[in-house]
Amino acid sequence: MYSNAYIFRYAGLMVILVAAILSSAAMLLKPMQERNEAVDKMQSILTAAGIENVNSDNAIELFNQYVTNMIVIDEKGNVIDEYKDAGKENSEAFKVNLKDQLYNKSVNRSFRLPLYVLNKDGETINIVPLRGVGLWGPVWGNIALKSDFNTIVGVTFGHKSETPGLGAEIETPVFEDQFPGKKLFNEKGDFVSIGVIKGGVENFPADVQRHNVDAISGGTITSNGVNDMIKNVLESYVPYIQKRG
Amino acid sequence: MSTDKQEREPLFSAKNRKLLTNPLNIDNPITVQVLGICSALAVTAKIKPAFVMALSVIVVTTFANLIISVMRNGIPPRIRIIVQLVVIASLVILVDQVLKAFVYDVSKQLSVFVGLIITNCIIMGRLEAFAMGNKPWPSILDGVGNGLGYGIILIIVGFVRELFGSGTIWGYHVIPEAFYDFGYKNNGFMILPPMALIIVGIIIWIQRSRNPELIEEN
Repeated sequence: MYSNAYIFRYAGLMVILVAAILSSAAMLLKPMQERNEAVDKMQSILTAAGIENVNSDNAIELFNQYVTNMIVIDEKGNVIDEYKDAGKENSEAFKVNLKDQLYNKSVNRSFRLPLYVLNKDGETINIVPLRGVGLWGPVWGNIALKSDFNTIVGVTFGHKSETPGLGAEIETPVFEDQFPGKKLFNEKGDFVSIGVIKGGVENFPADVQRHNVDAISGGTITSNGVNDMIKNVLESYVPYIQKRG
Repeated sequence: MSTDKQEREPLFSAKNRKLLTNPLNIDNPITVQVLGICSALAVTAKIKPAFVMALSVIVVTTFANLIISVMRNGIPPRIRIIVQLVVIASLVILVDQVLKAFVYDVSKQLSVFVGLIITNCIIMGRLEAFAMGNKPWPSILDGVGNGLGYGIILIIVGFVRELFGSGTIWGYHVIPEAFYDFGYKNNGFMILPPMALIIVGIIIWIQRSRNPELIEEN
């Protein structure tokens, strides 16, 4: 039989060995993983702007080709960093951790948010990255606005673990294609955001249709999460948009 | 240590070959042992994730079997399940890290399912039933065999679901546009998990009707 001392020694040694192996593997692979994450972020920014055939091989090249400026703004709408040079993945805007900054916002601390400016066929497109919570975990996305910061050009959404077939439908074209053409501000110029509502948007009057899209049946909490995410993030950009005039 | 004076077995003796081939058919982990059904439903909507999942499980079963088999004489029986879990969990974390570094798209699709390999009963079942009592080489074969047996079912199910559900194979369109013009539609039901269960059921049915020894007597 094995003594208790042996069992403790065995377990202790095993745990130390496993910890050493796993942490060295994580450290070795980290640079590659971070690069993949950056490429993925670029892909989703480019796709939101309506640029086609973006894949992981050409994302960096296309990103440097289309993105003309990367801005960091603070809560008062002041521009605190701009970046126009090549190698844009190293800019301050690209490094902003949206999760931390939105947490700062929720506890009324000062925060900084990124804004990507693209030039697509002579047209200026502004991309705002989004982040919020769904039912099971985080949801995120990018929203592309025309140069008037009002009309939506396109959106992409993503999620970590929403229910397949229900909440996970937010990343399908069926849901995303409802957004282009919707407006953030009403005719008086007040910020309204884009709502995700139940009951069929086409049954509502025009002023509701202007600012809302259909929610997903069976995915209410995820839909509400998307609704809150868009409002929460975009309202932080309103001071900046109003300062631009 | 070992006192047996028997002749050295050739590496691929009939007995060892059986370890590799039995799980593909009469001892298949999914259709006969009915293990690992959960992940078989979850990742088989497309062939690509099914293939990567199969590959990851083969790697994990093989190495887990090997490591446990090498350690088997030193493992205190009272904590053997925990030791097995630690080995499996570390291997799964390694696989997850490697996927994230080299095939990020696939790792994004598999997301939580890679972590779920840890709970895949095939792996722990094989460790407990085979690797704890056998030498390293047969354990490797048993691991590869069971991984392959699992993978083959995953890929068959993935093939059927992707072909009829999305009209593609490995992401490429194979159903001609002309079919759609005549009113052919992709079957949305194929994409949903219950269909995987039905396909696995059909595979079990076909396998049993061809293999009378699998039929229980009632």
